[in-house]
Amino acid sequence: MTTDHKIPRTVPRKSATFDDYTLSEIRRAAATGIYDIRGGGTKRKVPHFDDLLFLGASISRYPLEGYREKCGTNVVLGSRFAKKPIEIKIPITIAGMSFGSLSAQAKEALGRGASAVGTSTTTGDGGMTPEERGHSSKLVYQYLPSRYGMNPDDLRKADAIEVVIGQGAKPGGGGMLLGQKISARVASMRTLPEGIDQRSACRHPDWTGPDDLEIKIQELREITDWEKPIYVKVGAARPYYDTALAVKSGADVVVLDGMQGGTAATQEVFIEHVGIPTLAAIRPAVQALQDLGMHRKVQLIVSGGIRNGADVAKCLALGADAVSIGTAALVALGDNDPALAAEYAELGTVPGAYDDWHEGRDPAGITTQDPVLAARLDPEKAGRRLANYLSVLALEAQTIARACGKSHVHNLEPEDLVSLTIEGAAMARVPLAGTDWIPGRGNY
Amino acid sequence: MTNAHCTFDLAAGSVRDLNQALHGLDLDKNPRLWRVLNPNGGHAIAVGLDAPVTVEIDGHVGYYCAGMNKSATVLINGNAGVGVAENMISGVVHVRGDASQAAGATAHGGLLVIDGNASARCGISMKGIDIVVKGSIGHMSAFMGQAGTLTVFGDAGEALGDSLYEARLFVRGSVASLGADCVEKEMRDEHKALLHARLEAAGAAGEVDVSEFRRYGSARNLYHFHVDNVDAY
Amino acid sequence: MCGIVGLFIKNPKMESQLGPLLASMLEVMTGRGPDSAGFAIYGEGREGTVKISLRGQVSTDFSAIAADLEPAAGQDIPLTVRSSHAILEVPAAREAAVRAALAERHPGIMVVGSGQRMEIYKEVGLPADVARRFDLAGMKGTHGIGHTRMATESAVTTAGAHPFSTGPDQCLVHNGSLSNHNVLRRALSREGIGFTTDNDSEVAAGYLTWRMGKGASLKEALVSSLDALDGFFTFVVGTESGFAVLRDPIACKPAVMAETDDYVAFGSEYRALADLPGIAQAKVWEPKPATVYSWERAA
Repeated sequence: MTTDHKIPRTVPRKSATFDDYTLSEIRRAAATGIYDIRGGGTKRKVPHFDDLLFLGASISRYPLEGYREKCGTNVVLGSRFAKKPIEIKIPITIAGMSFGSLSAQAKEALGRGASAVGTSTTTGDGGMTPEERGHSSKLVYQYLPSRYGMNPDDLRKADAIEVVIGQGAKPGGGGMLLGQKISARVASMRTLPEGIDQRSACRHPDWTGPDDLEIKIQELREITDWEKPIYVKVGAARPYYDTALAVKSGADVVVLDGMQGGTAATQEVFIEHVGIPTLAAIRPAVQALQDLGMHRKVQLIVSGGIRNGADVAKCLALGADAVSIGTAALVALGDNDPALAAEYAELGTVPGAYDDWHEGRDPAGITTQDPVLAARLDPEKAGRRLANYLSVLALEAQTIARACGKSHVHNLEPEDLVSLTIEGAAMARVPLAGTDWIPGRGNY
Repeated sequence: MTNAHCTFDLAAGSVRDLNQALHGLDLDKNPRLWRVLNPNGGHAIAVGLDAPVTVEIDGHVGYYCAGMNKSATVLINGNAGVGVAENMISGVVHVRGDASQAAGATAHGGLLVIDGNASARCGISMKGIDIVVKGSIGHMSAFMGQAGTLTVFGDAGEALGDSLYEARLFVRGSVASLGADCVEKEMRDEHKALLHARLEAAGAAGEVDVSEFRRYGSARNLYHFHVDNVDAY
Repeated sequence: MCGIVGLFIKNPKMESQLGPLLASMLEVMTGRGPDSAGFAIYGEGREGTVKISLRGQVSTDFSAIAADLEPAAGQDIPLTVRSSHAILEVPAAREAAVRAALAERHPGIMVVGSGQRMEIYKEVGLPADVARRFDLAGMKGTHGIGHTRMATESAVTTAGAHPFSTGPDQCLVHNGSLSNHNVLRRALSREGIGFTTDNDSEVAAGYLTWRMGKGASLKEALVSSLDALDGFFTFVVGTESGFAVLRDPIACKPAVMAETDDYVAFGSEYRALADLPGIAQAKVWEPKPATVYSWERAA
């Protein structure tokens, strides 16, 4: 019997449900008995600003010429109650990231870059370092559940205070820093033993709820003689209610962080499955401000996955006053650089995928406390890279705004946008391109 | 330097005016002794002080009295609301009555004395403060206590010292239950000496016998994530 | 989130001060709850008669409605109108018939509560304005509870304001945020409990009504709510003879009580109690978590 004709086999097919990543994660969980911890924001594809497009000038609308016909980008933050609101020159700020999760050099670089273009940086869960205050012309001081390093002197040195209720990567979660990064200096700033794994509170210790937040904000204002704008930061979950309650509690500024927002370290499941996309959070937040008559009186800063000037312009068009960047700022400094591919390979990863920042072995010297690695980052050069990137964001946003006929980026409005997708249209509350249809309104 | 004292009546002036007056004091010209009348449960009274002055408040105060205190002495002749002396850096706060929740929360230093009872979460997240409570304390006290001492003449409520770091707890009465990773520890001579020093600083050295106290501290099992401790999380 | 106040008069000579004192306590709690306010007051009552608290509009012709309901009541209906609310007095035996007729013939008028002595008033607006509209300062009685509201997840509407009635002469006010109220609302609806809002506090009130309808005492119902309700809460429940207080086991939401020979008072902050007569000598304390406290006038 001859068998010289082979029976065709089907091509090997992997499961979409049990994909390679999922299989590897199950194996890892079975080996360790503990959840996976990593940094960054959601890596899954979710509806985002790429779903939206601007309607540029045509016959009914006229564009502005570049250079001579100015397109303003400045923003005043904190005009509601603060004696000294802050003015930033571009509508992009640097989001809160701790000294501890980042090296001192990285914090210095962020300060240098932001100051060069006239915007602010934000401290994180470790408190304020002299380097950052020294190098940031405008510094926002975070007030977190952990209260690590919190003190009235730094409160008074700050230009604004950000009461953190949560962040987009983990709405409902607290800070996480593992022993590898609790160096002597970090430990001393946080009043923790060196080398231990930090456990952080997820609620503030002395207030819970907007009724008590109101009293806490009053206290912070009293301590600082009502000088500083008070921001309230939330992870995007129920943005309409959270924004309304932040306003009712007395906030000057609301900071809203979507699920693409990064963290130094938390459980993978938290990042991927809790919190909503930035795109879905903005319109409800703006609606809350409008319903209270507070749009543009209480400013809205949006963060989580802002990457380019188009993202900036889209956030502003949807009603935000400014945006904040975290992940993008680190990439501008040099995070996940392909030039370090060999070292990433030693860590079992590739450039662009490296997210085990909690291990503190970052070859770029950014998310590490190891002095040898941290020394690789030159704060001056990295600061210049950040300044360049921030300038590009602003220029791109201006280019788009001019094309839409706006003399200030704040004059961008939702009607300048359409969506390529139904989800994008529903979330941004703008029509599907070429149609009048906004899904999700009324009974659609 | 002046020894004059100043009276501020909160029935006539605002908390804002009082705090503004207390901030940026020139001790050569301004009084070092302040008496505050009619606090009426108001919030944020005498917060953010940063000078070695004494503020005596006649009546009950609301939330966050003496918040972020530095160097000052604040006496409350009444009860204190939520978060008295929260985030204190140095100085002394003395509550003659009872204190509400989160007394001394996240404070880095200084001394907080409560003559009456303290409520839940006394010393939560404490980072170096010394707290002495002559009455009893409520549940979840010293939660995540990182540093400092909490001394209680009376009883402690449920879940004392849950998730404790290095704060040291001394309780003379009963403890309803201990929180995760908080254990009773041996009370040796050096601890009695430490406790005696704390009591002396609080002006209470003769009132109680240090031998009657039991010491509680962290078992340090949660210092590194480990799957075997998963029940504690 | 919210502010809660409660005042139970022990000394009969102080009953005329209940209204003014409660009104001033409510106003002090404006910061905690600027959106809307409400209160329940336990005043005069007559054996065999029930007072039905109705809510309509300021323009509602309550006299016409009362006249229209007389057949169901079997007699004239004495009526007191205060702004958008009205109190109808009907024979207890006729309450069900009157309410059925009301629901059928005047569906836009809501019953906010009923009882021999309890009257409930609640509206959107600043607490001081709400108290003034209903002339709380002119009311007297043995006890009352009040609430100032900062809406968290449900809308700012009158229907969403507290107190929520849980049964005859009973009502509840809540400070906090429940986390399982949606699933409970559906379960209770299947058991026949009616809801008119998306408010979590209404679910708590409905739960207590349901438990007591099954034979539990108020105290038993409150104790079982510690298991059934998830989230953060301080409850104050008004009853015909007094009031009860319960905090959840975590007890993050505030609660302060004060007692003298003349009264027992409750406030979310001490500030609400600061102007009460004799407060300087009062015993002031905080209720323990997961513990039911109650005060009653002897029958």
